Amino acid sequence: MNQHLQSILNLIQKDNLISAEQKTTIIKALKDADKELEITAFKLDRTEKVKRTTAILLEETIEELEQKRMAIEETNSALQKSLEELKSTQAQLIQSEKMASLGELTAGIAHEIQNPLNFVNNFSEVSNELIDEMKEEFRNGETEEGFAIADDIKQNLEKIIHHGKRADAIVKGMLEHSRTSSGEKVETDINALCDEYLRLSFHGLRAKDKSFNAAFETHFDANLPRINVASQDIGRVLLNLINNAFYAVNEKLKEGKSDYNPGVEVITRKTEKGIEISVKDNGNGIPEHIKDKIFQPFFTTKPTGKGTGLGLSLSYDIVKAHGGEIKIESIEGHGANFIINLPVEKFHITRVL
Amino acid sequence: MNVLVVDDEEDVKLLFEQRFRKEIKSGEMEFEFAFSGEAALNYLAQHQHEAVLILSDINMPGMSGLELLKKIKEKESAPPPTVVMITAYGDDENYKIAMGLGADDFLTKPLDFTLLKEKLKAI
Ligand SMILES: Nc1ncnc2c1ncn2[C@@H]1O[C@H](COP(=O)(O)OP(=O)(O)OP(=O)(O)O)[C@@H](O)[C@H]1O
Ligand SMILES: [Mg+2]
Repeated sequence: MNQHLQSILNLIQKDNLISAEQKTTIIKALKDADKELEITAFKLDRTEKVKRTTAILLEETIEELEQKRMAIEETNSALQKSLEELKSTQAQLIQSEKMASLGELTAGIAHEIQNPLNFVNNFSEVSNELIDEMKEEFRNGETEEGFAIADDIKQNLEKIIHHGKRADAIVKGMLEHSRTSSGEKVETDINALCDEYLRLSFHGLRAKDKSFNAAFETHFDANLPRINVASQDIGRVLLNLINNAFYAVNEKLKEGKSDYNPGVEVITRKTEKGIEISVKDNGNGIPEHIKDKIFQPFFTTKPTGKGTGLGLSLSYDIVKAHGGEIKIESIEGHGANFIINLPVEKFHITRVL
Repeated sequence: MNVLVVDDEEDVKLLFEQRFRKEIKSGEMEFEFAFSGEAALNYLAQHQHEAVLILSDINMPGMSGLELLKKIKEKESAPPPTVVMITAYGDDENYKIAMGLGADDFLTKPLDFTLLKEKLKAI
């Protein structure tokens, strides 16, 4: 029994003034108090124990958390590293995709340069002969005939200039395509850009696959305003859309239906806010279930080695960077139409005269 | 002789007219031009009874020179017109295909007009 309670008990038992009955009551109360005290002490002790275990557990948890934090930190830096690696891989991929499409272009370029060069050579040669003839005519006093030949020579020289410039533009275009885009926006004739890439794409595919053929048509808006764009970037968008279109019609052609005439059409149009370019084909179109996937990087339905699946994803980014958008209209089995809208940048002075 | 030149490059017209200036002037040769395979077939359909020599490029959008050659040789016209194909330099594959389709002769680009004249005169 608690010692203070014990001394109270002793006092009471010795006391004669308290009646026996009262004593019994007080002693019972004392014993009860003692019991309660004991229970409280026991509870306290238990709480103390729980506290200690909790403290130990807490310590362990803290340690564990610390370990976890360190692990997360490690994972983070590993993630950061792989993100950087991914970024550089992506940059490499973009470059190699560009180079691959340049490779595809080479054959087209060779053809496109060969033709104007042939004209340059042929018109030069024939002009050379015409000068001899002209001299002869003048010598014979046939001045009228002489002047007629002179006019022809003049016309030929104009043709030489024209075809020379044509070859020049192609070489420039090729160099521009391979260069890393500066992203600098210059005033661009979108019709000319479409025409150039349509021809390059056609002749490139043609050179690679002799069985390939398709009709192509252009419907260019003669009043299309020149707009400020990063022209080699937009050129890549066009090239990819046109390549995709030719690929699609060629695939359909391979099905061997006798009444099928593959065709690709490029249409430009002035719109309220800018311009619209539409690349349309009569291939098999885009199946409904892949429609929302085709703009994802690396999504391709082409056999391995034939496509990286980066074309549309890059195109999307480029058009977006120009404040424009790409829309698709496609009827499964009948063809696809990729429509690009580009805004005219207002108040953008590109040339100060 | 009536020659039909088929090429998608329209400047060939001017070039031929100058290269064959004398022959055209003397009436020795006559040239017609078609700027696509389809246009060539149209022309031939409308001039069925004239003997023409066809000089065709291969690489053209739409109907290629090879398809044109095939269509011409398939038609049972007697005698079948002579078709000379113009192939790009080093393009053996098209050369073989054209040969199989019954091309009568070949020229390579860039055209050697002296050679062409000799050939035309020999026919
Ligand atoms: N005109 C089209 N008609 C039908 N399907 C198309 C057309 N354009 C794109 N697609 C579909 O979208 C997919 C993705 O196109 P994207 O240009 O991104 O890559 P890719 O053409 O497959 O590869 P890459 O452009 O690298 O050669 C294609 O594989 C094809 O399934
Ligand atoms: Mg593509």
